[in-house]
Amino acid sequence: MANALASRKVMTIGEGGSALAFAVLAVVSIVVAAKAFTPEYAFHAYLFCAASIAAVFAIINRYYERPAAASPLTIGGKPNYNMGPVKFSAIAAVIWGLAGFTVGLVIALQLAFPALNFDLPWTTFGRLRPLHTSAVIFAFGGNVLIATSLYVVQRTCRARLAGEIAPWFVVLGYNFFIVIAGTGYVLGITQSKEYAEPEWYSDLFLTVVWVVYFLVYLGTIMRRTEPHIYVANWFYLAFILTIAVLHIGNNAAVPVSLFAPKSYIVWSGVQDAMVQWWYGHNAVGFFLTAGFLGIMYYFIPKRCERPIYSYRLSIIHFWALIFLYIWAGPHHLHYTALPDWAQTLGMTFSVMLWMPSWGGMINGIMTLSGAWDKLRTDPVLRMMVVSVAFYGMSTFEGPMMSVKIVNSLSHYTDWTIGHVHSGALGWVAYISFGALYCLVPWLWNRPLYSLKLVNWHFWISTIGIVLYISAMWVSGILQGLMWRAYTGLGFLEYSFVETVEAMHPFYVIRAAGGLLFLIGALLMAFNVWKTVKSARSTEPAGLTLVPAE
Amino acid sequence: MSLWSKHAILEKNSIVLVIGILIVIAIGGLVEIIPLFYLKNTIEKVDGVRPYTPLELAGRNIYVREGCYLCHSQMIRPLRDEVERYGHYSLAAESMYDRPFQWGSKRTGPDLARIGGKYSDAWHRDHLRDPRSVVPGSVMPNYSWLEETDLDFSRIAQDLKVQFLLGVPYSADMVANAAADVVTQTTNDSPDAVELSKRYPKVNVRDFDGNSSRITEADALIAYLQLLGTQVDFKLYDDKAHIR
Repeated sequence: MANALASRKVMTIGEGGSALAFAVLAVVSIVVAAKAFTPEYAFHAYLFCAASIAAVFAIINRYYERPAAASPLTIGGKPNYNMGPVKFSAIAAVIWGLAGFTVGLVIALQLAFPALNFDLPWTTFGRLRPLHTSAVIFAFGGNVLIATSLYVVQRTCRARLAGEIAPWFVVLGYNFFIVIAGTGYVLGITQSKEYAEPEWYSDLFLTVVWVVYFLVYLGTIMRRTEPHIYVANWFYLAFILTIAVLHIGNNAAVPVSLFAPKSYIVWSGVQDAMVQWWYGHNAVGFFLTAGFLGIMYYFIPKRCERPIYSYRLSIIHFWALIFLYIWAGPHHLHYTALPDWAQTLGMTFSVMLWMPSWGGMINGIMTLSGAWDKLRTDPVLRMMVVSVAFYGMSTFEGPMMSVKIVNSLSHYTDWTIGHVHSGALGWVAYISFGALYCLVPWLWNRPLYSLKLVNWHFWISTIGIVLYISAMWVSGILQGLMWRAYTGLGFLEYSFVETVEAMHPFYVIRAAGGLLFLIGALLMAFNVWKTVKSARSTEPAGLTLVPAE
Repeated sequence: MSLWSKHAILEKNSIVLVIGILIVIAIGGLVEIIPLFYLKNTIEKVDGVRPYTPLELAGRNIYVREGCYLCHSQMIRPLRDEVERYGHYSLAAESMYDRPFQWGSKRTGPDLARIGGKYSDAWHRDHLRDPRSVVPGSVMPNYSWLEETDLDFSRIAQDLKVQFLLGVPYSADMVANAAADVVTQTTNDSPDAVELSKRYPKVNVRDFDGNSSRITEADALIAYLQLLGTQVDFKLYDDKAHIR
């Protein structure tokens, strides 16, 4: 009798509530699909409906299959980590990375050979470019951030993730958002705000996912059995919080109708430009920097088995970085109709930002003190250290380009594209690759398939990055100089199209660099695949994981 | 007890840390954004700037949809070469009805802030159909399907209503006539052209894509492009008027 009582299964509020919410969403989606103004929007509504029904099924099925008791927080005194969502995000990151790099290569080739636009609406540069930027930043980078943050917060707090369905909603919901956003771009659904192109309904859905992400993260920190919150978690927290604020501020819009994908932004003209680049620059500052610094602060010390170089430096550089970054947006609007005072503020804070950025770089690189020899033997560590070096280079170049007189030459040219990619490929992607090479063996509890392949990945990609950024430096500065060149008689020397024609060889070199980078990523995908599929399960010393469920 | 040890308060209380982060990240944005909504010198009053006609708005939405802003800026900087290449530097007022703004960040192609009136409608139609037929060195994609796709303007009045809600001065008259105004603006020698130009001063009324049998997306996009940068009359504009 007592035994029967103990094993009686009760549906939790989380299970019942979320199943109900998804059922409602499915019904609403069907109505929207039926009354949608455009077939593209109806397609998205059907996707929402199908995903909601799948979610209801998954939640109820999980209820039937799970044991009666809730998952224990600890097993034998050790935290019972929940690594399922982390594994999903890690694999998703690898797949989205390949997709994003491939689209990048395609649009690089389109600029060199315009016939590759194929005269179809869905394959033009204008629609594929947001697909590339969103795929690499939000799909690849976002999944790396979600995977690593949910891993790091559990390990450094020695606590199981908060919630049972919530973490899965975060990873699956986020990836569903990516699918909606990406298919939308190809079908012509965009609000044309750079790096915030998804329309109002995708934005609303992402807001819900993001708030749940924040709650899961904070809830896990609150469960911690360590007294201190580890520094990596400060950066992840700042990233999650600030992205929420930026996302809501920049995407404030009124839809034309519930049945139309189109919306109009609340802000207009100058104010919209300022809000956009407040968002845009801090997508760089908080998504692509603070979040990835969180990765640096966990994975580099862990990999080289040395403590962080300076605790005090980490405090100073954390607060200075998040305070200063927010001000830097107007440097995207130099010499525009934005008032001068705002441009000057943006430039001043951008130059100041150099210091905390290098503070972070120093803290990352100097963590190797006493372990420099590992750079020779461990290509994973080498990848992460080189990424921090690229971070240092990019964060010097950025403040320099934010100086108005430099910006008058560099703005609107490929120099900006080169700068972005030295940060995106050199810093963000390399620290991500390094983290994935650490994370996959840890999560699946087996050694990496091949360190030799990592070495090949490193060198092929590095040559790719060098080709890419040097081609863009030359083409950017060349184009900037050609635009302002005058003949001896005081006439503009070049027509615009002559400057376009001059770019061709550099666009070809850039595409070659991109191809090498993609080849490197393919090697990584193969390596990860072989690691996960390998039968061997010898536990690496000191990295013992408790099974998730 | 050094000051450093006080940081432990933030490290040991997650809510305090969250509040601390929120305060620190709020300051810069508030200082830079809020004044733009009340400082009068942010957007000067300039004669001639009017809301888009329904056709121009539909054209603008196609410009947005196709991601034109990714290669074309609409912001002429006050630098000698830009002013000589493109025309008078852009004024804040010229984008006051732009939701979202289309200033852009990259010039793979030239700036379009003052493209209006520089080329004929036929040139634009040919250029959209096959850019390399008129500019051999261009790397722009062909947009040949625009002139083959009928413009969907059945619900354009709803777009005007939403813009009105956001503060764009569309009158009830403009909203009521929205769909009819699209037809009027694309009809050569339309009898309603006078009425239309009362609602929208200096409006271009003609068949833009060279095919008067249908109203296409090319009609709308060319109408928008031909408007760009033409609203302010710089013969009359006094650029010293607002210097304080």
